[in-house]
This record gives sequence, C-alpha cells and structure tokens, in this order.
Amino acid sequence: MLISLKNITHIYQQDKPVVALDNINLDIKKKEFIGLVGHTGSGKSTLVQLLNGLIKPTRGQVEIENVDITTGEVNLKKIRQKIGLVFQYPEHQLFEETVYEDVAFGPRNLNLAPEEIRKRVKDSLGLVEMDFSKFKDRSPFNLSGGQQRRVAIAGVLAMNPQVLILDEPSAGLDPRGRDQLINLLYHLHHELEMTIILISHRMEEIARLATRVIVMDHGKLVLNGTPAEVFAQREKLQQLALDLPQITEILYRLKKKGFNVRTDIFSISGAAREILNEIRRKNPC
Amino acid sequence: MLTDITIGQHIPGNSIIHKLDPRIKIIITIILITALFLVAKFTGFALYLVYIIAIILVSKLPVKRVLKGLKPIFFLVILTLLLHIFLTKGGTVYWQWRFISIEEEGLMTGLFMVSRILLLIMFTSLLTLTTSPLQLTDGIEYLLHPLKRFGVPAGELSMMMTIALRFIPTLLAEADKIMKAQMARGADFESGNIIQKARSLIPLLVPLFISAFRRADELALAMESRCYRGGEGRTRLHELKIKKKDIIALILSIIVAFGISFF
Repeated sequence: MLISLKNITHIYQQDKPVVALDNINLDIKKKEFIGLVGHTGSGKSTLVQLLNGLIKPTRGQVEIENVDITTGEVNLKKIRQKIGLVFQYPEHQLFEETVYEDVAFGPRNLNLAPEEIRKRVKDSLGLVEMDFSKFKDRSPFNLSGGQQRRVAIAGVLAMNPQVLILDEPSAGLDPRGRDQLINLLYHLHHELEMTIILISHRMEEIARLATRVIVMDHGKLVLNGTPAEVFAQREKLQQLALDLPQITEILYRLKKKGFNVRTDIFSISGAAREILNEIRRKNPC
Repeated sequence: MLTDITIGQHIPGNSIIHKLDPRIKIIITIILITALFLVAKFTGFALYLVYIIAIILVSKLPVKRVLKGLKPIFFLVILTLLLHIFLTKGGTVYWQWRFISIEEEGLMTGLFMVSRILLLIMFTSLLTLTTSPLQLTDGIEYLLHPLKRFGVPAGELSMMMTIALRFIPTLLAEADKIMKAQMARGADFESGNIIQKARSLIPLLVPLFISAFRRADELALAMESRCYRGGEGRTRLHELKIKKKDIIALILSIIVAFGISFF
C-alpha cells in the first residue's frame, strides 16, 4: 500500500480541544486520483498535512510504503520529497528573485547536482506550460496571479514527487486558469502516472478527474467510493451542504420530471448524448 | 508550533477588577510601579505581595497563569541574582574560595532586586490579564488625549495599536502556513549553525512581509471605502465612564502605594 492511515485521531489544543480528525482509516494505492471533498473545517487540510509529516497525529499511524512516519527515526525530508504538497494559494510562498531560483529551491534542498537542478526546473516549468527561456529570469512578483500559481506548483513538481497533494488549487483562478490546471492534473495522472489527492469544492473538477471520491464531515470519512457511487447519494450530499456536479444535477432534475435518463454521468458531452437519446425515444419520428 | 505564542494574555472574566475602567487600571499600575521603586525594606515587598494576592483573589484569576507569566524572565532573574551575589561586596563574608566570595551585602541586594523584578512583572501582568487589548488601547488613547495639543496623534496611535494587536494572530497563522509550505519543499528551519539558521529564515520572512504589505493595502482600502478619515471627531461604541468603584479602587491603591513606600 502506498499510503495507509491507521486509526488516526488528531486534536488541536487551543483554548478548548478541537477534534479535527476522528478515528480515520484510509488506504491509498498507487496511481489513484483521489478527490477529497467536505465543507470548511471538515478536516481535509489537517488530513493532507499528516501525509508528509508536517503535523503528527495525536493517535494512530501514518504509513508511507509500509513505513510508519510518525516515529522519530524517519527522515522527513525524504518523505516530503516523495509526497509533494501544494498548499492553498501557493503563490503566497514565492520568495526568490527569479522564477528559476524559486523553482530550484526544492531541488537545492535535496542537494542535487547543478545540472540535475537545471533539468528539473526546466521540466517542471514545462509541465505547467511556462516558457523556460521567457520566464526563468523574471521576478515571480511581476507575474499575473495565474502565472504565479503555476510557478508555485512547478516549485513542488521540481521535487519529483510520486504523490502530489493539492489543497484547492483552482481557488481564485479564472475559467481559463482552471481549465489549464485540470489539463495539468490529467496529464500528471495519466501520462506521468502520479498518485494525486485533490481537495476541491468544485465537483466538476472532482467528477472529471477523480478515480475515487472521499467525503469528509466533522473529522470523519462519511463517503468513500467511485464518483458514480458517491454522487448517487444526492440526499446525503445535500445534508452535508455539498453540491453535485452541475451536469449531474440537471440529469437528476430531468429524471424527477419524468425523463428516463441515467444520473451517473459527469461530462457535458455524455449528458448531451443521454438527453438526446431520451428525446429520440420519446418522440420517434 | 508558532501559534502557541500568546501576546496580550487577556483572560476574560466578570470580576470587579475586570470591570474597572481601563484608564483607572493603567493609572493604578503606574502609581504602584512608582511605589515599587520607592520601597526600601523587605516588609514593603511583603505588603506589596499581599496586595497582589488580594487582587488575584478578587479577580478570580487562575494563580497558575499569573505565575506562568513569570517564566520568560526566569533567566533575567537568575542572572540578576548571581551578578549581585558574586559582584557586590560588603558585610559578613558567608563563603570564600580564592578570589570568589559571597558576602552579606551581595546576597541582600540580589534578593532585593529579584523581588522587585518579580513583583513588577506580576503587577503589570495583572493589568494585561484582566484587561482586553481593545480596552487597553482605548484607555491609552484617553490618557494620551491631553497631549494632542502638543501634536501627539493620540487617535491614530491607538488605531495603529489596535490594528497591530488585531493582526498578530493572523500573521502568526500566516507564518505557520508559509513555514509548512517551505518545509514541504524540503526547507529545514531547525538544524545547522546560527548563520545557516538565519539564512533559512529568508524563505519565511520574504513571503510574510509581502503578505503583511498586501494585507495593509487591503485593510486601508476597506477602511477608506467605509469612510475612515482619521481620528478627528470620531465617536465610539463603548464610551468610557468613571464610576464609583473606579474612584474607590484608585483611592485604595494610592493609600496602599503610600503605605508600602514609607514602611
């Protein structure tokens, strides 16, 4: 198993103890694409920070490739190289004078050879579709918001992680930026065979990309299954104040009005086909 | 990690001490600090301690928290004590080894200074423990008011203090987040010698400053769009009013201050 969480409980000690995670058990296999959803404060961000040892659970074990990383002996730098974490608004962590230097920060911390660093920076900027020769010497602070975000993501990709975790990477991006991001994630998952964990409020993204959807509420895993299985539980999701993908919602409403359509479709083209078929069945002319 | 730091260690409460006018509390604190430096005998300190204990009891503060406030100055206290013990000479010699000696005068002044420091910190922490930062800045603004004539911008100063206090937790949370983000990229804030450690702070400090400036810009815009134009002629939601209990507390404290400094 690539990642395995065993009986994880995490309690934040503030004025009053807050239970952020409540007895979580979760296994993640190689090449999975996990969509992690849940409203604010459900424990998603805490969960992903456990996975590369940024925080230690109050109780339970986090195993990465069958090694418990909650004990003191583990080299956390190696774990963090393996498991890349892109925080919310990652552009807020940019600090170097040039794009090149900022992306090179991670590989430098791994003590790689200069040629290898250069190669990694070039490759990861290529992945996020930033032209290397055009941008490498520019200040990251003079770029647009979307470009800054891509540079920041490249900074994590330059670590060459096996697992990439992204916490709401599309928040605040324009539609074009969101599309580019979805294409990037699709490419990383399908071509480079990365394991990806995506936290998002946008169900369209989750439905398009994820092979498994996990829904969290009050520190517990409440739903865990394929997108079709999870999005079939419309009432349960509504209770948790979560949406269906818009296109699935439309199919649900059509079904309620008496159209005999399937509701486990998440792409616009698929839904269009389904609706057309139903209309043809109803009006054979 | 970083978010454990508390500044402005206010403990909300309902006691009469909590409800006193912040201006009076600040004035009382100033009077009693002055008195502390006039004390010449240990009996004065003992009485001072009695007064502090009385205030703690009335305000129902947890004693543990008051004592915890003394922790950061532990090193200073020990250092003061040792310096006096070994360097101040005079009186009976208690112990001697070659040129190092402990003498009566040194021990006494050492203990005297340490008592003074401990009581000073305890009394001032009573003020911050029982008064919310907002009330404190309100009080300071009122007390600075007369200085306006000499060009002291009291309103602006207190607005700045309020904003600074308001953003300390925000910036700490932000620092924590940036630190984690850089650690996720393999940054190491803990190991290495002092120069390496200082260098490793750059990836934390640059983004933190940038975000502080961005927040300042946004806050200025938000305040302007709600018609903030500086302190002139602003009214307030909670007007401060001196009540009977404030006068009583003030008179009591003045008596105590006189009592201990002439004992």
